[in-house]
Amino acid sequence: MLVSININRYKCGYCGACVGVCPKGSLELVETWVEVDENTCMTCGICDRICPVGAIEVTK
Amino acid sequence: MKDRYDVLVIGAGPAGSIAAKTAADKGLTVLLIEKRQEIGDPVRCAEGVSKEHLKKHVEIDKKWICADLKGARIYAPDGTKIEMAEEIAGGEVGYVLERKIFDRALAEKASKAGAEVRVKTRAIGLIIEEDFVKGARLMQLGKEYDVHARIVIGADGIESKVGRWAGIDTSLNPIDIETCVQYLVAGVDINQEYCEFYIGNDLAPGGYIWIFPKGEGKANIGIGILGSKMGKFKPRPVDYLNSFLEKKFPHAKVVEMVFGGVPVSGSIEKTSTNGLILVGDAARQSDPITGGGILNAMDVGKIAGEAAFAAISAGDASNEKLEEVYEKRWRSTIGHAIDLSLIVKNCFINLNDADLNALAFSLKDVQFERMSLLDLLHALFKANKKLLWDLRVLFKDAAKEVVKSKM
Ligand SMILES: Cc1cc2nc3c(=O)[nH]c(=O)nc-3n(C[C@H](O)[C@H](O)[C@H](O)COP(=O)(O)OP(=O)(O)OC[C@H]3O[C@@H](n4cnc5c(N)ncnc54)[C@H](O)[C@@H]3O)c2cc1C
Repeated sequence: MLVSININRYKCGYCGACVGVCPKGSLELVETWVEVDENTCMTCGICDRICPVGAIEVTK
Repeated sequence: MKDRYDVLVIGAGPAGSIAAKTAADKGLTVLLIEKRQEIGDPVRCAEGVSKEHLKKHVEIDKKWICADLKGARIYAPDGTKIEMAEEIAGGEVGYVLERKIFDRALAEKASKAGAEVRVKTRAIGLIIEEDFVKGARLMQLGKEYDVHARIVIGADGIESKVGRWAGIDTSLNPIDIETCVQYLVAGVDINQEYCEFYIGNDLAPGGYIWIFPKGEGKANIGIGILGSKMGKFKPRPVDYLNSFLEKKFPHAKVVEMVFGGVPVSGSIEKTSTNGLILVGDAARQSDPITGGGILNAMDVGKIAGEAAFAAISAGDASNEKLEEVYEKRWRSTIGHAIDLSLIVKNCFINLNDADLNALAFSLKDVQFERMSLLDLLHALFKANKKLLWDLRVLFKDAAKEVVKSKM
């Protein structure tokens, strides 16, 4: 499977908003970066939609 | 290192620190953990609070106060201004805090009360035995270990995982979150005694722009947009904020950037289970209309600390016991205010700019004695019999609530 969620850590403000909306709990905010559990992420794109700066790109 | 406590508190924001302090004050052994290496930093907040309400929790310390507020001004899309200022002795009704200092001071209070504090320590999972939460797996400086506790309090903010690990789904839908960007700006000529709010669908869809003075020509200027009004190919909060600043404060210097999300879902169904209590943003207890969550987090943090003591004293940390000593108590107090705000939020996010302008116009000459949502609503209803008749479907429930609380 192609990696279909991409978090630009140079743009990310590590605020955790994406973690709060992830329906699967696949994101984790570790101090200054966000980690993705690609086994559970269903690339629904909600995180991409709500990121205040647009640091997340989900492609389907 | 000690690995057994009465209470383990996860997250050292205002909710966690007050919960830890309260539990420690009662004589319980408490561990308060925070995944960041510095408590309170980076900030995810506009830092505004009501003065009277804050005083119920802590003695005011000038070290963490940046500005004293006299009142608020709300601007409708067409520029119509509503002013809410309290004419009380001293004239100050609110504060703009320095949360970096404030949050750390609260954690210090917990520590002084006897709680142990560990920073750069992240909860990475819960210990669950026979359907009871019994502690958590932690990671500190790359090393993993278990800590057992009779009650775990999840105070882990917007990004909360603690509830989910125990089977409580706290994930927010886009309509349940305001996503925000804020700049601390310097070199601006800003009235240091008023906070300002700008509403309008072109300015901040489903949210608002705020200006909170921070002393000496500085201010927090930020924006929150409702997640459901956002989209992959639409402008982001950061874009809206940049255009607002360009227009209103072209010479402002940005000295700090803040990003964040605030829950505006209203009360969620469950905030505790066997051995576990959720509190603050983790329990989605922030105000759905203003997005304010500091004082709610502190209020409920206190209730959570007391509940932990009551449950542990009774030797019963079951779901049923926590319903009685925790859920019931916060829902019957702060829960009501949250419910009312949710109704109002659901009205406001559906208003177009013409409606907003008309409502603001009807309040333009009203003298407010208190800076409260309830008073604002009451005035709205008084001034807008005709308009509200047209919007009655939207406002029906809010009207009922106002009538109830004015009687
Ligand atoms: C832009 C913005 C502006 C705001 N403006 C205001 C305002 O003006 N007034 C107001 O009252 N409220 C405001 N709020 C809301 C307010 O900031 C929050 O409601 C408040 O901080 C909630 O407190 P809390 O203790 O529940 O959570 P937080 O303050 O978020 O604290 C949670 C803590 O838990 C830690 N944590 C998370 N996961 C773990 C883990 N696994 N292990 C260990 N630690 C963990 C986090 O690092 C964090 O320090 C604003 C929010 C935003 C985003």
